[in-house]
Amino acid sequence: MAQSLVVGGKRTIPEKARSAERATEYRRRFAHAPVAIETRNVYKRFRIPMNRILSLKERAAHPFAKSEFREIDALHDVSFDIRAGEFFGIVGRNGSGKSTLLKILASIYKADRGRIRMRGRPAPFIELGVGFDQELAAHENVVLNGVMMGLTRKEARRRLDSVLDFAELRDFAHLKMKNYSSGMLVRLAFSVMVHSPETDILLIDEVLAVGDAAFQEKCTETFRRMRKEGRTVVLVTHDMTAVLENCDRAMTIDEGRITFIGDPDEAARDYLRLNFETAQLTRAGGDGAVPDSHARIIDAWLEDEHGERLASLEVEQPIRFNVVLEAFDEWIESKLGVTVYTVGGVQVLGMERPLGKHWVVAKGDRVRFAGCLDNPLAPGSYVLQCTVSRRRSEDAVRAVQALDGFGFIVYGTDAVPGVVSAHGETWAVHEGGAGG
Amino acid sequence: MTSDVAARHRLPVPPQATALADEELRELRGPSALGGGGRRFLELLWLVASTDFKKTYYGSVLGYVWSLVRPLMLFGILLFVFTQIFHLGSQIPHYPVVLLLGIVMFTFFQDATLNAVVAVVSREGIVRKTQFPRLVSPLATVITKLLDFGVNMVAVVIFLFAFGVDPMWTWLFFPVTVLYLLVLTMAVSMLLSTLFVRYRDVGIIWGVIATALFYATPVIYPLQLVPVKFQHLMLLNPLTPIFVQTRSWIIDRSAPGALTTAGGWLHLLPSLSIYAAICLIAVWKFNRDAPGIAEAL
Repeated sequence: MAQSLVVGGKRTIPEKARSAERATEYRRRFAHAPVAIETRNVYKRFRIPMNRILSLKERAAHPFAKSEFREIDALHDVSFDIRAGEFFGIVGRNGSGKSTLLKILASIYKADRGRIRMRGRPAPFIELGVGFDQELAAHENVVLNGVMMGLTRKEARRRLDSVLDFAELRDFAHLKMKNYSSGMLVRLAFSVMVHSPETDILLIDEVLAVGDAAFQEKCTETFRRMRKEGRTVVLVTHDMTAVLENCDRAMTIDEGRITFIGDPDEAARDYLRLNFETAQLTRAGGDGAVPDSHARIIDAWLEDEHGERLASLEVEQPIRFNVVLEAFDEWIESKLGVTVYTVGGVQVLGMERPLGKHWVVAKGDRVRFAGCLDNPLAPGSYVLQCTVSRRRSEDAVRAVQALDGFGFIVYGTDAVPGVVSAHGETWAVHEGGAGG
Repeated sequence: MTSDVAARHRLPVPPQATALADEELRELRGPSALGGGGRRFLELLWLVASTDFKKTYYGSVLGYVWSLVRPLMLFGILLFVFTQIFHLGSQIPHYPVVLLLGIVMFTFFQDATLNAVVAVVSREGIVRKTQFPRLVSPLATVITKLLDFGVNMVAVVIFLFAFGVDPMWTWLFFPVTVLYLLVLTMAVSMLLSTLFVRYRDVGIIWGVIATALFYATPVIYPLQLVPVKFQHLMLLNPLTPIFVQTRSWIIDRSAPGALTTAGGWLHLLPSLSIYAAICLIAVWKFNRDAPGIAEAL
């Protein structure tokens, strides 16, 4: 099961040292920066009507009918500070409350309790191009957007040329928005956002999800420039790459509570952990296996060949995993497995091993499962999940449980398409194409 | 050497950050009706209203003609009915002009309020994703219609002279009646646009009420022709005094003003109170609902 592999000649910096380095860097840059956003005990509850009375007629017919509400706590005593000039990421699963928080920061929603104070002017919108009116020409929209950001009409008109130039859309200034392609629209919207020197705090929801590669490059470059200018940027995203590339700090939020705040690398891992905690059971354990709960993870980690724990792997560095499990119940004919997923939930590789017919794990026993897998993974974020299946003693049904191990990152210099990299590829080009 | 080291270790405080250091931390007050300062509100209001106005005029070749044709058509039909069939026109001096001015004023009220019903909801995308002052939406539709009203007044002035109405010094009071009408229109628009967020049949109901109001306001007939017992009822309608007074000030000095018609201030008081109540309720309701509009959509 355990393969031994030699990691050839590549210098791997221990993860701890890297995050410590980043922490020092963060302190050096922001220790003396003033607080730009101060959030204290922000609480938000949504009341979702169960039987919504949608018409006055119904209201008149049932004047005293009580509307019933389902209450959802979207944010729970959220407190944090963001310093001026910081690039701050907020990550979380769908429905975790991250967008609600951003909307409260942007004064679109009102917090039920708590206090937010800001230094400087926040941008009034959180998504690119939302202020655009389809019926108006591009240049009118640019002015409208400028006024939304707090410019006077005159100032907004003066800025028009540079906005259109940056978006490379000067020739299309008089074209109506509805005739714009989505790519053009995004370019214009991004240009408007960038050309807003009046806004000190940018609040962005998933900006990087749009546009082609060239545009993404432009986004990244612009973010870099904004960081240099010292503008505060709050970015809400699912895209861990964007967090790792841009953010000084990041925060994970789950069910309305902050679960982590600090180093972006660790926030990304926290996010991946959250993402897979509720993931479905795998197909491991064979057909007809029923979901079960008979084990829990005590500890799970990756390590290098010296036994030092790792949080990320270099490309081709073998995946040495360790999982310590505790049995809640008796395991008979059990099988242990690990599966590596992409953040998107695609199973990339895995393995499963039976524990042997006569090895019975008693209730309360601990088992350490260690192994090493070749690492064909392309740079990106992954999750390791552990599966345990057993023959249930009471009804002899095979039962399986999936347990979340940890998220990890594979880093490398060369970007390759796909989730695995083809090592040792050979290729040739032949003329004619008819073969030998 | 040491200064070199010091330079290397000096904190690279970003320019914007240093500029911000002088600023105070300001409390975020959340979304509101005016949201983000009065100047921005007015700039946005005017920009949204004027671009909407332009859209109707440049959107189609007949843009301008259309906005004029609708009231003129109504005017033509009513003029025919009430002069050729009912012979109402002969009893009233300058009846065609009275009718046209009445129709143009009522069209403003009706169009503005009907458009305002969906004003907030139709900007859903903006309201839910930007910090857009909530009050801009309903008020901008009213301002757009006010611009239409101004254009239509050109036709009214032409008719005034064509039918031989002599200029009077009381024409100077016209802005007062327009302002009175404008404030009421804004208040009703604010009320309807917030109600529509919750109750989606407000548009249909208001359509019926607006039609009823057209006949309950002295637009096509002067108040004097109404039986006295109904006159008091009609005077409760806050629109009535405006139309009565406008006729007196603009077209026919011999026609009684609102005060004379009502028979003193005391009798005008209910109408004024209803007017004030509508305005106050509108402001109160809009202010109360504005912060939650984005969530309720």
